[in-house]
Amino acid sequence: MTRTPFVLRHPSVLVVLTVLAVFTAAVTAGSAAYGSGAIPVSMIKLLGKTLCLALAAVAMDLVWGYLGILSLGQMAFFGLGGYMIGQWLMYARTETIVAAQLAQQPIPATAQELQDAVTNQIFGVVGSSELPLVWSFAHSLTAQLILVLAVPGLLALVFGWLAFRSRVNGVYLSILTQAMTLALALWLFQNDSGFRGNNGLSGLQNIPGLDHVGQATLSVWFLWASALALALGYALAAWLVSGKFGSVVRAIRDDETRVRFLGYPVEGFKLAVFTIAAMMTAVAGALYYPQAGIINPAELMPIASIYLAVWVAIGGRGRLYGAVIGAVIVSLLSSWFTGGRAPSIHLPGYVVNWVDWWQVALGLTFVLVTLFAPKGIAGLFDRLSGILPPRRHGRDLGPDQGALQEKEATA
Amino acid sequence: MSALLEVRGISKTFDGFKAINNLSFSIGAAELRAVIGPNGAGKTTFMDIVTGKTRPDEGEVLWAEGSKSLLRMNEAQIAREGIGRKFQRPTVFEDQTVAENLTMALKAERGPLAVLRWRPSPDSEARVAELAAEVGLSDHIERKAGELSHGQKQWLEIGMLLASDPRLLLVDEPAAGMTLAEREQTTTLLCRLAETRAVVVVEHDMDFVRRLNCRVTVLHQGSVLAEGSLDHVTRNPDVIEVYLGR
Repeated sequence: MTRTPFVLRHPSVLVVLTVLAVFTAAVTAGSAAYGSGAIPVSMIKLLGKTLCLALAAVAMDLVWGYLGILSLGQMAFFGLGGYMIGQWLMYARTETIVAAQLAQQPIPATAQELQDAVTNQIFGVVGSSELPLVWSFAHSLTAQLILVLAVPGLLALVFGWLAFRSRVNGVYLSILTQAMTLALALWLFQNDSGFRGNNGLSGLQNIPGLDHVGQATLSVWFLWASALALALGYALAAWLVSGKFGSVVRAIRDDETRVRFLGYPVEGFKLAVFTIAAMMTAVAGALYYPQAGIINPAELMPIASIYLAVWVAIGGRGRLYGAVIGAVIVSLLSSWFTGGRAPSIHLPGYVVNWVDWWQVALGLTFVLVTLFAPKGIAGLFDRLSGILPPRRHGRDLGPDQGALQEKEATA
Repeated sequence: MSALLEVRGISKTFDGFKAINNLSFSIGAAELRAVIGPNGAGKTTFMDIVTGKTRPDEGEVLWAEGSKSLLRMNEAQIAREGIGRKFQRPTVFEDQTVAENLTMALKAERGPLAVLRWRPSPDSEARVAELAAEVGLSDHIERKAGELSHGQKQWLEIGMLLASDPRLLLVDEPAAGMTLAEREQTTTLLCRLAETRAVVVVEHDMDFVRRLNCRVTVLHQGSVLAEGSLDHVTRNPDVIEVYLGR
């Protein structure tokens, strides 16, 4: 038996990947490094970062829209991914600079002196001169790249195992995830946790070994990398939620107990999806922060994860493209409105300044979407393609009218 | 005949209320059994204990050859051992098609990796079609389960139970909300199923129990009050006192 290829069974994947490719090509053509230069470097960075956020939203949709866990700590994995890559970026770059300085001295520096100088340079700001244990692998790009996946993956695995095993569900689980990211942020804020406290890691936009490549070119490279990561992440997520695995995952969302009585190890499925989503989010973070240039513990505060949930809700839960649309539209609008360039509205006696009012507008939109369009923007696509939810509410009538429901009985 | 399921002296207390009190019960490998009793007699708690949803305070639940204890297993493991449960209200996955519902219930490995690797085969598709035909849903196989009528959902759930081919089937009030004709159909199906496996039916409706024509266990205040044919138990003065007399 031959099966229809994956993309033909799920045409939306093809559409999303095509749009993404066209978008990337168009931005490249407008960049200063590879095209006309119509798009400034800062804009390219913003677009690249937006693609990373879209990838995080896809992962969020896996966890929330498909598995039914409203995780309010998803951005902890994003931040951890950023910290892991940031360690190498910062260490390796400082090492090059310090080595160049030490080379001026009459006596060549030993390896130990070099490391001490690097440590002083990085941790002087928090008054420490010893390299923290967590920086043991910071000199190696390979090790830190592995840690980008391993640390958030392990955190998700341990946290998920503890939470799912004790059958914590619903709003309690949301609160737990929020507590997780808050605890992590508070820990990172401390100077002695080894991640430079509230200074965070900075200078991440300078890639060691690529000094000869300008930011104009680098920004396009990162845009490509982000687009590729989003494409791969999207395809992986689409593959996961198709077929029987997706069927079981959605069944867990709708009626966990029933899935247990069918013999499926519900905890195993939850752990698998939660961990995969955490690692996807971490990859997104590892690509985001080199474009942002700086990461600090404030990025891990619960509000960031709540924003992520808002994007996915507005875009449409349970539709992967909905998550992408929501993240792209809302985060771009956010940066436009809060960037001070949105024209203020002059009302008689009051000026609506968007920098102040954007949060209110976003909150209001979220409430309205939740109330009136629970499927978000993706609901529009559903309506266009004729997928409507079954409307068969109504209680059954009991033995007299048999198996008919009230609606059928009157019809 | 050795017992497929043997429950020995189980007790369960909820906040001081003894829901199950030193209850013992056993059923053979191919037997139909009706469990009746007034509200609060412990019928549902009994099913919860067998399926692993509730842990008893004391007692043993032994299963099949080798008398494996079910008490240390979770719901999913018990279900994989071959105990199926049908709830009173039809619980199908409304957002998924009839075919997807049935496919999920098909006998196959249940671990996440095995499920991820699973691909539909001609065999599995034929089995789904066959099951759909058996419960009269052939024309609705690509429809979402949420669009089905209440009765069709009941049948879909029965189809899902058949798909997993359990050795012991626990059925909670199958006749609730069914027309007379549908009850007939259900009775026939239950009797047929009991030829090859153990079936426990929890029921309120005496007419329905009479039609099943099988051994009856009467529960009262968490323990077995009487057991035997329906005529036997209905003549029992204790049973008349607590259940039928009113």
